[in-house]
Amino acid sequence: MSRSLLLLVGLFLTLSAIAGTEQFEFETSEQEARFINLSTELRCLVCQNQSLADSNAGLAQDLRQEVYKLLKKGQTNEQIVDFLVSRYGDFVLYDPPLKLATFVLWFGPLVILISIGVVVFGMIKKQSTKTVTELSEQQRDKLEQILSQHADSGKK
Amino acid sequence: MIIELGQFSLILALCLSIIQMIVPLVGAQKGNSRLMSVAKPVVWGQFFFVSLAFAILTLAFINDDFSVRYVAQHGNTQMPLLYKVSAVWGAHEGSLLLWVLLLTTWGAALTLFTKSIPIEMMSRVIAVMGMISIGFLAFMIFTSNPFERLYPLVMEGQGLNALLQDPGLALHPPMLYMGYVGFSVAFSFAIAALIGGNLDSAWARVSRPWTITAWIFLTVGITLGSWWAYYELGWGGWWFWDPVENASLMPWLLGTALIHSLAVTDKRAALKRWTVLLAILTFSASLLGTFIVRSGVLTSVHAFATDPERGAFILAFLLIVIGGSLILYAWRAPSISLGGRFNFVSRESFILSNNVLILVIAAFVLLGTLYPLIYDAMGWGKISVGFPWFNQMLLWFSPLLLILLGIGPVVHWRHAKLKYVWQQIKIPLVLTIILTSGLASIFSLGFNNSLLGLFLAVWVLTSHFSIWLTPLVKGKTVNSLVNRSLAYYGMLVAHIGVGILVIGITFVSSHEIEKDLRMAPGDSYQMASYRFTFEGVNDVIGENYVAQQGLVKVFNDIDVLIAELRPEKREYSTQTMPMTEAAIDVGIWRDLYVSLGDEITGDAWSLRLYYKPFVRWIWAGGLLIALGGFLAGIDRRYRFVQQRRKDIS
Amino acid sequence: MSRFLPISIFIALAILLFVGLSKDPKQIPSPLIGKPVPEFQLSLLDDPQRKEDHTIFNQHITLVNVWATWCASCRAEHKQLLQLAKQGVRIIGLDYKDERSSALAWLNNLGNPYVMTLFDPDGRASIDWGVYGTPETFIVDQSGIIRYKHIGPISKQDVEQVILPLIRELQI
Repeated sequence: MSRSLLLLVGLFLTLSAIAGTEQFEFETSEQEARFINLSTELRCLVCQNQSLADSNAGLAQDLRQEVYKLLKKGQTNEQIVDFLVSRYGDFVLYDPPLKLATFVLWFGPLVILISIGVVVFGMIKKQSTKTVTELSEQQRDKLEQILSQHADSGKK
Repeated sequence: MIIELGQFSLILALCLSIIQMIVPLVGAQKGNSRLMSVAKPVVWGQFFFVSLAFAILTLAFINDDFSVRYVAQHGNTQMPLLYKVSAVWGAHEGSLLLWVLLLTTWGAALTLFTKSIPIEMMSRVIAVMGMISIGFLAFMIFTSNPFERLYPLVMEGQGLNALLQDPGLALHPPMLYMGYVGFSVAFSFAIAALIGGNLDSAWARVSRPWTITAWIFLTVGITLGSWWAYYELGWGGWWFWDPVENASLMPWLLGTALIHSLAVTDKRAALKRWTVLLAILTFSASLLGTFIVRSGVLTSVHAFATDPERGAFILAFLLIVIGGSLILYAWRAPSISLGGRFNFVSRESFILSNNVLILVIAAFVLLGTLYPLIYDAMGWGKISVGFPWFNQMLLWFSPLLLILLGIGPVVHWRHAKLKYVWQQIKIPLVLTIILTSGLASIFSLGFNNSLLGLFLAVWVLTSHFSIWLTPLVKGKTVNSLVNRSLAYYGMLVAHIGVGILVIGITFVSSHEIEKDLRMAPGDSYQMASYRFTFEGVNDVIGENYVAQQGLVKVFNDIDVLIAELRPEKREYSTQTMPMTEAAIDVGIWRDLYVSLGDEITGDAWSLRLYYKPFVRWIWAGGLLIALGGFLAGIDRRYRFVQQRRKDIS
Repeated sequence: MSRFLPISIFIALAILLFVGLSKDPKQIPSPLIGKPVPEFQLSLLDDPQRKEDHTIFNQHITLVNVWATWCASCRAEHKQLLQLAKQGVRIIGLDYKDERSSALAWLNNLGNPYVMTLFDPDGRASIDWGVYGTPETFIVDQSGIIRYKHIGPISKQDVEQVILPLIRELQI
């Protein structure tokens, strides 16, 4: 549970990382942004805890080269992603695709929120006080005063 | 010989912890005060033996005793003293010893500071802590013995991974463990209350300071880890949604819900079931984290050991502790009496909503972390759930939480009038809209997530500053700004810390700039309003490494030299791969960050330059949150002391 | 009844974690199973002039073994491959990111289980096969469809329990 980074020997290779010595030339900054975006959202298969952008592994370098080539050829982000997914599977995506098998993943939290919300709503309703009578202006002020004092000082 | 003494100490500690679990518990059930009085000496005995074992292991590292396998794996004669010591907890076996040491420390502290609790409850609390001790000691002795010998002897140890040889990282595990282990106190109190059937709010009052203390340590530990990752790993990242990071976030989230829930149960005797459940869940999350890091079930850069056999042992332990406590909860829940009633619009319901939202966030963190496992177990193959998903979820679920955060503190307990609440938040809301629009145009934010983040952060900050300054506006004296309770200021500081944290996250995410460049000596690059000039690379020698050190001069927009950054590539004698040490120019409003890559043909090098606006606000926010907790935590003690002074004078 | 919810969720979680203990999160299954062999044009290791493509798989059941001289596990599994070859299994080697001379020397010294070895020095073709670490072994059927991928070195158990049975099945 410690946050100490104890790396398996293979991962040694990754931590001195700067993504390789290859410097890619881009025609537009938009292209460069796309490249950076893609390579940060793709996962390295060798050093599985690094993105394609950050990993120094041989395969990562090769795949970065591929992404660069495909970008220059004019392929869209979907096509480039598809190229990698058809060879390596969904594992290579840090952003899990939305499909039937990931339905629970994408919609689960909302379902959890709604269900807990409904239950809690019911709970509060069942036990809420309905005995607040109308007070005069003076009484209300005094009550407000007492309540805020009570809220601040807490119980001794 | 001494090493074997260390091993023997652990075995003795295990025996004591078995006594600790059984005797006081039986004593409490039977009302036998003699049996119950066994608790304190046994706890202290355990504390003594575990401390002894820890000291022996530490000495083994300091003296470079490589006949001990663990020392040979992680120690090294060339390491600076600080890291020889931090190597004790730098890996699996030793970190378990640290865990148990802290557990016995908390246990011993409990016996000193809780004179006002009925002895039956105290005995049960100690018994539960003993049960937890048994688990960890047994795990260590049977599967992960730090005192195991190594034959044949080696002359030199492998040394601690160079990344871990850092003061920040030396401190990070102890801080975290103080948090994880500290939550066992709240857990033990909850279990003791469930067993004994005394589910009035007294147990909540007693466990509050302990829980807040544990929570503060965890907050600091996580903040430290994030900061460390930023400056040490060389990529300028500060949170990766790595499984082990998530494993620390979950107890923190649940712990946050817990401390708020404890406050409600203490003050209003309400939300009792929630508080008991949260106390169980928070510590359970700590234990789950232990499992994740050591079982190999998930890949993580942090994972200590990937040993499914050890994982099975931990899982069995989880079943007993978490399963047992949840069964106890299900059984005893009906006997928890209904506490103070409250309306839909009340402080209680706001805190309850806060709890619900935090629970949902913790739930999705768990879901995302374990989903690859679920996917694989269902036979659908391998999938990754990474930062894009987590960030998206956080973006969907945190806004409501942050909005409620700004309203809650002005809502009265029990039944509040919506009209009154609206009166209080009207002005901060208007101010927020004005400030947000103003800042958005200054920083040229589009209609996107960063605008939302800014709005939420400004809302949290303005609402709390308004709360603080309201008495002044109402015509009271300046004194009214400083004469409230420490708990009140704790709340303000902690919540303001949240606002600061959100600003940091928002701006660094939306405005950071990163450039991967090839630079030869003399080359310059313009980024934001700064000019970075590369001046070449020199060789330097460190305590246990040699390095190539680059020099990058940074000039501001009026051509004044503001920083000389020296990023390094280090080669440690004990490692084959080089390590980068980034160079950072630290600032309140921005960091400038340079990382040295590889040498390219000629004199040129690859460099990464970063402009990181407001990044320090992230950790400043974290520290403020911890400070707020501290103020709230010492409130009662402080008032006790003040009262004493008044009585005497 | 919501008091039973936490324990129920925990039990489900514990079952999941238990199942997880027997899985290896690092092994990545191939999306190419059931798909035809990727297109390629590679020269042979021992004959740079001769190029081969996917037609070499037609009408034979073939094992494709991805290996390299710099890969220690490849050396470990080599014996199994030689055994398989002796038993009549058709194995084609795919030499991944290697030096031609060292690869030839390796086969000379350790024995050559391959009916032919394709040479992929830049690893480009291997990407199309979804290779991410050596050694990897594919089983391709008579119509050139990939039927199975084994990640890591092949042990005797793997041969007896998975590979040979699958080959027999495909022969029918």
